Amino acid sequence: MSVTQAEIAEFEEQADRWFAEHKPGNPGFILPETFMEVGTDQQFEFLRDWQQKVYENGYVGMSWPKEYGGLGMDQVFQDIATKAMAKHRVPFLPNTIGLNWAGPLILAMGSDEEKSKYIKGILSAEDIWCQGFSEPDHGSDLGSAQCKAVKDGDEYVINGSKIWTSLGSYAKYMILIARTSTDGPNKYAGLSFFLAPMQAAGIEPRPIKKLTGEYGFCQTFFHDARIPASCMIGKEGEGWKVAMATLMFERGAVGGQAGGLSMMDLSIDDIVELARRAKRNGKPAIEDPHVREQLVDLITEARGNSYMSARTKVPALATDWPDAVSMSGKLRATELKRRMCQFAISLQGANGARYVSSEAVDGGLWQRSYLNAFSGTIGGGTSQIQHNIIGERVLGLPKS
Amino acid sequence: MATIEFSEEQTMLMETAVDFCRKHSPLDRVRAQIEQSDGISAEVWQEMVDLGWLGITVPEPYGGLGLSLADTVPIAESMGRHLMGSPFVATTLATQALVQNASETQKEHWLPQIAEGSAASLALTEEDGNWNLTEVGSHAQVQGDKLLLTAKKCFVLDAPQAAVIVVSAQVDGAARLIAVTADQLPEGALVRETVIDETRRSYTLEVDALALPADQLLPGADFASVEHAALLLLSAEMSGGLAGVLHVIIDYLTTRKQFDQYIGSYQSLKHPTVQILLSMEACRSHVYRAATLIAQSDNDAIEEAVRMAKAQGSEAFAFAGDRAVQFHGGFGFTYECDAQLFLRRALWCQYQFGDAAYHRNLLAPLLLD
Repeated sequence: MSVTQAEIAEFEEQADRWFAEHKPGNPGFILPETFMEVGTDQQFEFLRDWQQKVYENGYVGMSWPKEYGGLGMDQVFQDIATKAMAKHRVPFLPNTIGLNWAGPLILAMGSDEEKSKYIKGILSAEDIWCQGFSEPDHGSDLGSAQCKAVKDGDEYVINGSKIWTSLGSYAKYMILIARTSTDGPNKYAGLSFFLAPMQAAGIEPRPIKKLTGEYGFCQTFFHDARIPASCMIGKEGEGWKVAMATLMFERGAVGGQAGGLSMMDLSIDDIVELARRAKRNGKPAIEDPHVREQLVDLITEARGNSYMSARTKVPALATDWPDAVSMSGKLRATELKRRMCQFAISLQGANGARYVSSEAVDGGLWQRSYLNAFSGTIGGGTSQIQHNIIGERVLGLPKS
Repeated sequence: MATIEFSEEQTMLMETAVDFCRKHSPLDRVRAQIEQSDGISAEVWQEMVDLGWLGITVPEPYGGLGLSLADTVPIAESMGRHLMGSPFVATTLATQALVQNASETQKEHWLPQIAEGSAASLALTEEDGNWNLTEVGSHAQVQGDKLLLTAKKCFVLDAPQAAVIVVSAQVDGAARLIAVTADQLPEGALVRETVIDETRRSYTLEVDALALPADQLLPGADFASVEHAALLLLSAEMSGGLAGVLHVIIDYLTTRKQFDQYIGSYQSLKHPTVQILLSMEACRSHVYRAATLIAQSDNDAIEEAVRMAKAQGSEAFAFAGDRAVQFHGGFGFTYECDAQLFLRRALWCQYQFGDAAYHRNLLAPLLLD
């Protein structure tokens, strides 16, 4: 499929105009920054309406096949639309698990029937998806999942619990890893992967209060919950393979996502802007030599990250360890964000000690963002596990 | 959107450079060369000349290829990776200084010689170690058609091989550049310095009221472009050096056993090694972004990019060299261990043309005000 420069330029202008015109106004309450922080019905409804509007106007799922609800267009158009969303700082699209992980997985591995059933609802946000991977006793160690699925006729009976199921109380479906057997040659062999309906008797998502004091996650309990055997994706015992494919989508190591903004990201420019306003010892923080050096260091790191994908598209410049950049995207981005938030608080003098309130700098946004930033450095495999994965899979170091 | 351009010429130059450095600069050869007094062998230098590398940035009218400084980046990077000590980088930087600052007559005189294989060098830094290239104590006086140069310059690389050395000195209260030829230097003007990176052949150049023809004063005095070129090529060498030292670390971590385990299985070694990998990736990204801007002559953006590359690369390479020694344990404490070669190279690169703190300080007004 060849796209002309003229078509690209025309679409850039069109997307830019649409998001400028349709950016929602201030809802009158603080919006969450990612799908992991949706804590109230009000926030959820607002974001769901927004995704629906974006979908109806053709700015998400643009490269997904037409017959299932996408637009069948070249990826370049979706990238342009996603960039326009970031530029205009519109709210993110809340069905993140569906758009970026479950959707690409279903398109890659699902049957025609499954694609017809799920894809459109993912794009329109009619069907919200959540993820059932982590368990209370097995955080980053996905292979040790204990939640059980026992076959009974044309159903599986699920028992156990999953934790960190963002949007669990709003979700219609869950991508679920459960143990169908314990006699395999290793712990991975007994796992299976389900596109599980959430509206079944015996499935109970319970909201968890986070370190920020807000809600946003659930622990989902399964008590003899029956789900159709047909909702398994891949074969019984192949769940690990399917989960790894999903994680490649999650880590951004492979393409195929529906696109769209998945978080309201703060950029280093926001921190520089804060440094101009915030005061340390009576002077703008940006005049403090120590602050200046740290800001330059953070900008340098952020710029370095922003060049990575452009560089590794040149094969001659991605030698030695070609997967290093794609495998480390989450680690680099989330650790930088955590440190940026931490630094933003340090610009506020004694007011660094405030929390969400009218007296706090920017209403306490930075303090809340810092505490929330751990969702990135812990969720989806902690930064420490990411170091192990990169060390072992990219550098070929022995397993720890 | 920040782009990274890499031309077909650069791709070909990189392929050739990778093979060349692998063949001519394995680490045992690097060590053997440290022991020799005369540096790189004449045959290896001639091979570089035959490949046309000396003429890459020499404009076509003077017998060169007329390509961009960006096209030398893959070569400097490959040399850095294999710790190759050759006059290539010094010659390329002196060439840049002449291309940017010399008169037509001067260019016609010097540039064809370089394109044909004469080495050249720069003499910018002085005893006080000041990184600001325009603050120099050496000075020259114009007397009729003569120029009297009194200078003490340090860190002049491969000076005895250089047919021409571009020297900075104050002339009438402003920092200027003067081209000095090897045969004009009196006996004893060049003294070998002891520097931390033993692969470098570094000299002090000292002259007292040396009389030179006044037409060896270059009309231009664009110290900024000389500095930017040096930062780019040093950062390219550091990018290569980071990859080189990472291979040394990984080789040891996957073969050395302690307490019945390969030491690479210990997270206390594995995690910093991953940090080194990511810092190497960042360094490469900064270097090739800066090279792209230089190739595009995007003058407003070049300074930011090369200072960022040098700041980030200096810290990353110094950390990698430091950890490489530490991770080799007792062996790391010996001269025989290759980690020290990289640590010494990292320290050299860090303290030439400004360390990380120096460049961050200069970046602050560019980025924040």
